[in-house]
Amino acid sequence: MTALRTGDWEDARRPDLARIENDQPGERLQKIWETGPGLKGWFSDVDHKAIGKRYIVTAFLFLILGGLEALVMRVQLGAPNQRLLSPEQYNQLFTMHGISMIFLYASPILTGFSNYLWPLLLGSRDMAFPRLNALSYWIYLASGLFIYAGFVTGHGADDGWFNYVPYASKPYNPGVNMDIYALGLILLGLSTTVGAANFIVTFLRTRAPGMSVNRVPILIWGTLTASVANLLAVPSVSLAFFLLWMDRQFGTHFYDAGKGQPLLWQHLFWMFGHPWVYAIVLPAMGMVSDGLPTFCRRPLVGYTPVALATVSTMALGFGVWVHHMFATGLPNLPLAFFSGASLIITVPSAVAVFAWVATIWTGRPVITTAFLFFASMIVLFVIGGVSGVMTASVPVDWQLTDTYFVVGHLHYVLIGINVFPVVGAIYYWFPKMTGRLMNEALGRWNFWIMFIGFNVGFLPMHTLGLLGMPRRIYTYPAGMGWSVQNLIVSLGSAMFATGVFLTLINVWISRKGGERAGPNPWGAPTLEWSVPSPPPPYNFAVIPLIASRHPLWEAQLDESPARSSLNEGLLLDHGRETIGTSMLDGEPNLILEMPGDSAAPFILTLGLTLMFIGGVLRLWWLAGLGGAICAVALVDWFWPRRVHAGAETSNG
Amino acid sequence: MTAPANLGLARWPLGYLATSGPRADPVTALMWGLIGLSLLVITIITISVVWGVIARRSAISPGALEGAPLTSGGAGMMWIYVGMPLTVVALVGSLFWTMAALASVDRPAAVPRLTIDVTGRQWWWEVHYPGPGPEQGFETANEIHIPVGEPVLIRLHGGDVIHSFWVPALSGKTDTIPGRENLAWLQANRAGVYRGQCTEYCGLQHAHMAAFVIAQPRDEFDAWRNNQLKTGVPAATPVTAMGEATFVDRCGKCHAVEGTAANGRGAPNLTHLMTRQTLAAGVLDNNIDNLSGWISDPQAQKPGANMPITFLSGPQLRAVVAYLETLR
Amino acid sequence: MADAVYEPRSLPVGSREYNATGWLGALCLIATEGSLFAYLLFSYAYFAVQHGKAWLPDAHPSLRYSLPGTIILVTSSATAWWSERSLKRGDRAQHLAALTGTIVLGLVFLILQLFEWKSKHFTLSSSAYGSLFFTITGFHMLHVIVGVISLSTVLGWSLAGYFSPRRHLHLTISSAYWHFVDVVWLAVFFTFYITPYVW
Repeated sequence: MTALRTGDWEDARRPDLARIENDQPGERLQKIWETGPGLKGWFSDVDHKAIGKRYIVTAFLFLILGGLEALVMRVQLGAPNQRLLSPEQYNQLFTMHGISMIFLYASPILTGFSNYLWPLLLGSRDMAFPRLNALSYWIYLASGLFIYAGFVTGHGADDGWFNYVPYASKPYNPGVNMDIYALGLILLGLSTTVGAANFIVTFLRTRAPGMSVNRVPILIWGTLTASVANLLAVPSVSLAFFLLWMDRQFGTHFYDAGKGQPLLWQHLFWMFGHPWVYAIVLPAMGMVSDGLPTFCRRPLVGYTPVALATVSTMALGFGVWVHHMFATGLPNLPLAFFSGASLIITVPSAVAVFAWVATIWTGRPVITTAFLFFASMIVLFVIGGVSGVMTASVPVDWQLTDTYFVVGHLHYVLIGINVFPVVGAIYYWFPKMTGRLMNEALGRWNFWIMFIGFNVGFLPMHTLGLLGMPRRIYTYPAGMGWSVQNLIVSLGSAMFATGVFLTLINVWISRKGGERAGPNPWGAPTLEWSVPSPPPPYNFAVIPLIASRHPLWEAQLDESPARSSLNEGLLLDHGRETIGTSMLDGEPNLILEMPGDSAAPFILTLGLTLMFIGGVLRLWWLAGLGGAICAVALVDWFWPRRVHAGAETSNG
Repeated sequence: MTAPANLGLARWPLGYLATSGPRADPVTALMWGLIGLSLLVITIITISVVWGVIARRSAISPGALEGAPLTSGGAGMMWIYVGMPLTVVALVGSLFWTMAALASVDRPAAVPRLTIDVTGRQWWWEVHYPGPGPEQGFETANEIHIPVGEPVLIRLHGGDVIHSFWVPALSGKTDTIPGRENLAWLQANRAGVYRGQCTEYCGLQHAHMAAFVIAQPRDEFDAWRNNQLKTGVPAATPVTAMGEATFVDRCGKCHAVEGTAANGRGAPNLTHLMTRQTLAAGVLDNNIDNLSGWISDPQAQKPGANMPITFLSGPQLRAVVAYLETLR
Repeated sequence: MADAVYEPRSLPVGSREYNATGWLGALCLIATEGSLFAYLLFSYAYFAVQHGKAWLPDAHPSLRYSLPGTIILVTSSATAWWSERSLKRGDRAQHLAALTGTIVLGLVFLILQLFEWKSKHFTLSSSAYGSLFFTITGFHMLHVIVGVISLSTVLGWSLAGYFSPRRHLHLTISSAYWHFVDVVWLAVFFTFYITPYVW
């Protein structure tokens, strides 16, 4: 748990500057920062790059599972009155599809990319809390396995990811499936929350000197905003599920119709749920805002409006949740308010769209696979956005809601604003992560098959909705006018899935066989492109000093005489160290001691998982045992350093 | 067994591209307006992106990006300065139109003369027509008759889980929530059969929970209503007598037929079963074959439905069906 | 090449009080736990609005245990603050005494809460009010227990000499958490015990 030390501990010191010459100071830092070998090292790794990659791989596994669930459903729905699936099987599939995609893929994939990239973008050697980082990954993995354990043993949740009561309550769902979902999601919420805190503190304190808040990449704004929102919104859904578990197991009366309030569930769920859907797109929008300009060979048009739009979208996102409840019979006054807010929230989103279009028009675009994914996202975003405007209008939503129109809308916003940027991000940052380029020719096939397949598969859902097809139905009769379009949707979805599969193929063949990439194959402007590909464990041999938003473009753009210092900067090698800076201006004011490898996050996760398993099975001794393990792990984690109490005077 | 034939409905029975009543029509106009606006926006942005990429494309190959020239400045902000006011105008316009549509469908032009209680149940619609006194009310299921051209008040009750009552040609949807009464109203401009469906996921057979609103001229509606109030049953033949006895014994705990000892409230009221056009909330046309098949094995057509396989013998089944055929 | 002239001054090493990243992490924890209680009290308000005044099992809930408990908890915040201040001024004995006092007062509060629970004529499952009452006060008690454990651990570390007047982040964070638990109690107390009087 203690970092490698080269001398007595100092209460304070003047940090050394150094210049990068050949292998130094890299070689020395390598020894300080590299993870321990073998299984022990693997379980106690706290390197943000390793954690980021684990997140990305795990999230893609859940994407594949969720996708397979969807494909089976689409076979069932490809023609009327099919009997491939029983109603219960279908219901579990559509529930697990939603859970897998929205909870186990959409947020973790962005956390994964952000985890990998943030310290590299900010000029830091790691996130603010490396062990907390590892913890958030292990809990995520545990909760995903927890929920899927229910599904594969025949106890899958079957009330949709939104899990409305009373159908989710004990009288209608007596099995253990809902308890697994409820507790599994509370467990996942812990991962999200600690991850959010990590991003917020990293943003506030570990930026490189000179990186004031108006110089950070837009991805930082996106993930930061999502993190603040998650910190405040996740407790709502955790509470909702906890109260449901109480109703089911302890006879409380939160949601039952007799003494409780079924609508309370919807309020608590959507007060979380709506901010959540912005949290799973804003970081991806940030990736587009950072990646598109590279290929347009110019800085983003309207950096400040886009940054402000990111924050205001999220803020407004807290004030629209009732638009998921327009049909519940609430009085007109609140409905009108939420309808208005839901229309207004389009405004900041539009700012980003215009900024991207302007960047293309005032730049000189170079077409690469990554560029195609980022640029096409703009179109898909707008399609999803305008269908959202339609559903924001209360009386129109009274027709549209709970039909396939909404299914079309949500897939355009989720696939268009999350999946497409993510695949673009893979093509864009894969060279940085692996030192190899992905195959461009295969990439073009990848893009067009995904793009065409997606639109063929999901555009007809809007018309199906207008023709009255409800959602969440396991089959439909002939003679409704839906049959041909459903077949098209099924075929298009299969094509889209093939396209996603091509992404995986390209990743697989490129990781060992791709063309080698240097530090900056795209000629990009931000800090991560100034370090080797893949980066060494310590990221930066010296902490850079930042003078603009585009450190690597300063000389060429020559917008001002200021130049960042990338080859000479703070050395910070008295152990695992990085610089702590002031919140707004990025002035150094602290030398941060970073933890080395630690098994505490993994042990704590084990304790938590045992606690939650005990809860589901009502084995209170097991829950207690889990809690005790958690307590031990936490005390170990926070054990203070006696040396801190030792030196009372500074060492100059 | 056959699924219901097209009951004289439009090509898209649940579609609402065109609607037929004052609670839906103003909304349909707004919807088409928003569809038009949406298509316009999509077209503008798509052309902007595609044309921009093609027109501004650089000749540099992806492999030569490192060190490739950069540009900056330009009038890019104009896109935001022009685009944002247009966006705001479009949104504010949509907001005003939304409020106007909301106001115009809030209540009918005239006070409804007819009130109907609808309760959502897994997986059928319990329908109650109240009268001035308890003797003048009656129960039916899944099929709602209303007089043409008059507003009708619908009181929506939650029975078990949340369902949503939706007849798209006539109105937007409103949920039935246990513990809560929601109000909706309908009015049909033209006589005809309007299909509805449950649109809030409610469990295994959410997919098979249709409703039918049949709008009739006033005199036909009154005739129908008077018939529903009757409880007399024609003289029994030996077969129908055996059928009635079997029915009361085996089905009467769930189903009710007014005027007999069958008084269950958990399942659809069957007093005038033969006046309905479909069975099992729209799953089957109402004819003898379907009725027999349904009674002997409801799980085959609607797996998970609350009606169990009845295990009636051949003669018993024929007798019960013959009895039910008299319930007109 | 560096054009900027950069003269780093002497910087503290490691977590020094409010400069530390751990302090901000603790604030994030307080923010998220605070919103949890906000959602719990929202649920209370939702029920109150939907059901009206008749929903209360007692028109005026007794303050017999809750008022003394409130006073004790507020006092314990004062002792927690005092403990930190003494440590900063170098008075170790006062610091340890005040910290011990805080823990004891926290335990007394828990005991009073248990008496309050026993005095109620409704249960967790007898009514929605009962469900809300025991769940919300139960969540709060859970936070008090975590606070007591945390302060006790800090006491142990302090006795073992791990802290100094300038470096005692664990105490600072545990104290802040304790103050938070106190503020939450004031909100819970106000909601359950005061609002029925003014409703």
